[in-house]
Amino acid sequence: MTAVNTITPSAADERKIQSVKRMKEIMTAYYIDAKTAAENNKKVAWITSGGPVEPLIAMDVIPVYPENHGAMIGAAKMGIDLCERSEQMGYARDLCSYARADIACATVDGGPIGGLPRPDFLVCCNNICGTVLKWYEVQARYFNVPLFIFDTPFIHTEFSIEAQKYVRRQFEEFFVFLEEQCGRRFDGDRFEETARLSYEALHLWQDILDTTTKRPSPMTAFDAFTHLALIVTLRGTRTAVDYYTQLREEMLGRVARGVAMVPREEHRLLWDNLPIWYRMRWLSETFASHNASLVADTYTSAWSGMGDHFDDKDLVGALASSYANIYINISIDRMFESLKKKIQKYEIDGLVMHSNRSCKPYSFGQYDLQRRVMDELGVPALVIEADMVDERAFSEAQVDTRIEAFVETLRQKRVS
Amino acid sequence: MIAAGIDIGSITTKAVLLSEEGILGSHVRFTGYNAEQAGRTVLDELAAQLGLKRKDIRRIISTGYGRRSLDFADRALTEIICHGAGAFYQNSGIRCIIDIGGQDSKVILLDETGKVKDFVMNDKCAAGTGRFLEVMARALEVDLEAFPVLAVKATSPARISNLCTVFAESEVISLIAKGTPREEIVAGIHQAIAQRVVALARRIGVREPVTMTGGVARNSGLVSEIERELSLPIIENPLPQVNGALGAAVLGLRMG
Repeated sequence: MTAVNTITPSAADERKIQSVKRMKEIMTAYYIDAKTAAENNKKVAWITSGGPVEPLIAMDVIPVYPENHGAMIGAAKMGIDLCERSEQMGYARDLCSYARADIACATVDGGPIGGLPRPDFLVCCNNICGTVLKWYEVQARYFNVPLFIFDTPFIHTEFSIEAQKYVRRQFEEFFVFLEEQCGRRFDGDRFEETARLSYEALHLWQDILDTTTKRPSPMTAFDAFTHLALIVTLRGTRTAVDYYTQLREEMLGRVARGVAMVPREEHRLLWDNLPIWYRMRWLSETFASHNASLVADTYTSAWSGMGDHFDDKDLVGALASSYANIYINISIDRMFESLKKKIQKYEIDGLVMHSNRSCKPYSFGQYDLQRRVMDELGVPALVIEADMVDERAFSEAQVDTRIEAFVETLRQKRVS
Repeated sequence: MIAAGIDIGSITTKAVLLSEEGILGSHVRFTGYNAEQAGRTVLDELAAQLGLKRKDIRRIISTGYGRRSLDFADRALTEIICHGAGAFYQNSGIRCIIDIGGQDSKVILLDETGKVKDFVMNDKCAAGTGRFLEVMARALEVDLEAFPVLAVKATSPARISNLCTVFAESEVISLIAKGTPREEIVAGIHQAIAQRVVALARRIGVREPVTMTGGVARNSGLVSEIERELSLPIIENPLPQVNGALGAAVLGLRMG
């Protein structure tokens, strides 16, 4: 039988992250604001998760993220119903489940919060994938609203001077678009203030993720997935900075007291790709039952990695660089370098890759990365097949066996 | 000391009793619908055949999909580590195992000490598994045991392009309707499975020497097709079907 950790109630209580409560309050307030925007004469823009949000906030537009909503739909286990509905509308099952869930949800105002508020316009940045272009075009037609496409060229080797100029130009066009939509001049000072707040939050987020370099790790990737919500939806606001300051304090306190999220942390693992939102608890408990702690991931650090490009003297240039260099907008070679850095920094024993049916740019190349990690770094790597929102792509018995067998091999490796 | 390994698979349940002197015996029965019952019965029947009592067995290790259903087992281990241990016990030269079971197929790499270095499992579907072969045998109205005999007679194997069990079955049915001889269809099925399993093996890199385990390894027609596809000989595993149970018993013996 697999070892089950005996948890005394007080130890379990101590492990609970206290800030979660505050985060839920903030997210509830954020969605109430967004859903009552029209009554308060505020504009709502739907934007992709990796889209440049700072100009929106500077213009008092409320940004809403269909991807964050997709994650909520997944976590609420409402994905199958909405995905099936989109399939009835004629969308292929092979399409991204965030896109399918969002497209279906818009027509029925379903999901855990009764749908997203109607957008005044849409902002689509293609640094995360190509699907978003078609997805946002569909929604622009459905709601009959303008769509701004923010184009970030894929980075094969380096972010060339030409590409930098091009992305900077995208920002200028974006400012003009916003002036047209809001009917007033673009507020440069507010924008700079917002950009600084954004970078402050990104740096705090990196500090939080770095607390897991300590043994035992005070949190796991599953906690990072949850606490990511604010860096996605509220970066550029004082709220996000305050919240992450509080969360960092809590994590540093846990480190000081030696509070471990996985009580008998034996194997330190790195997660690749998006979470499997509808199976977070099961996965977290399954890994913990094997004394395995997912101390880092490539997904939530995609945001903190943006912080590296900060330049207080050239904020537009810095943001251009941050948004273009995002983890899945770079070549396999650069992804490998990033994995390598994480494996060393967090002292990783094994890599767990979620081959996500939905996310093609993230999942394509994983087998090559797996092989390189194993051959060049000598770190075992496991691939599990699933989907972030569509539960039909998940098989518990198979995933369970793979995880258990993977931990068995890690244990054998440790013994030898 | 005597250790038992019980492998509860999706189609059959296997038991092996092992002592320091060697294998005492093995037994196979259908899993049916109650995995726990199958595991208990297979062990009781094997012990009775050998004139042993339950108390003579010091360690019981369970494996396979039903591994966690046995409350009397000392430990549950995955079939990956058990197939590794079983194949290594039978031949310590083995570095790569292709295991085709009832509901999945996997490729396991071993190091010089018999430890699992890496493994890969097929996608979550029945394509190219024991169940797949059963469905095809039913469509062809022949016994699965006859597959190797038929396959050798084939001169131009039929092409089965779809490996989804459901689609492949309708492909086979349309081949039957066209009057394609059984042996050509059987050979075609073997080819299709071999191509798929070899692709899986290439994903983690094949290391020599290679052996095959799982009930499907008893099908010599498929084994030779895999050899051809791999361009490598497959070292015969004398007890492919009970290899996982044997590995479980080996690991049980090691626990002391």
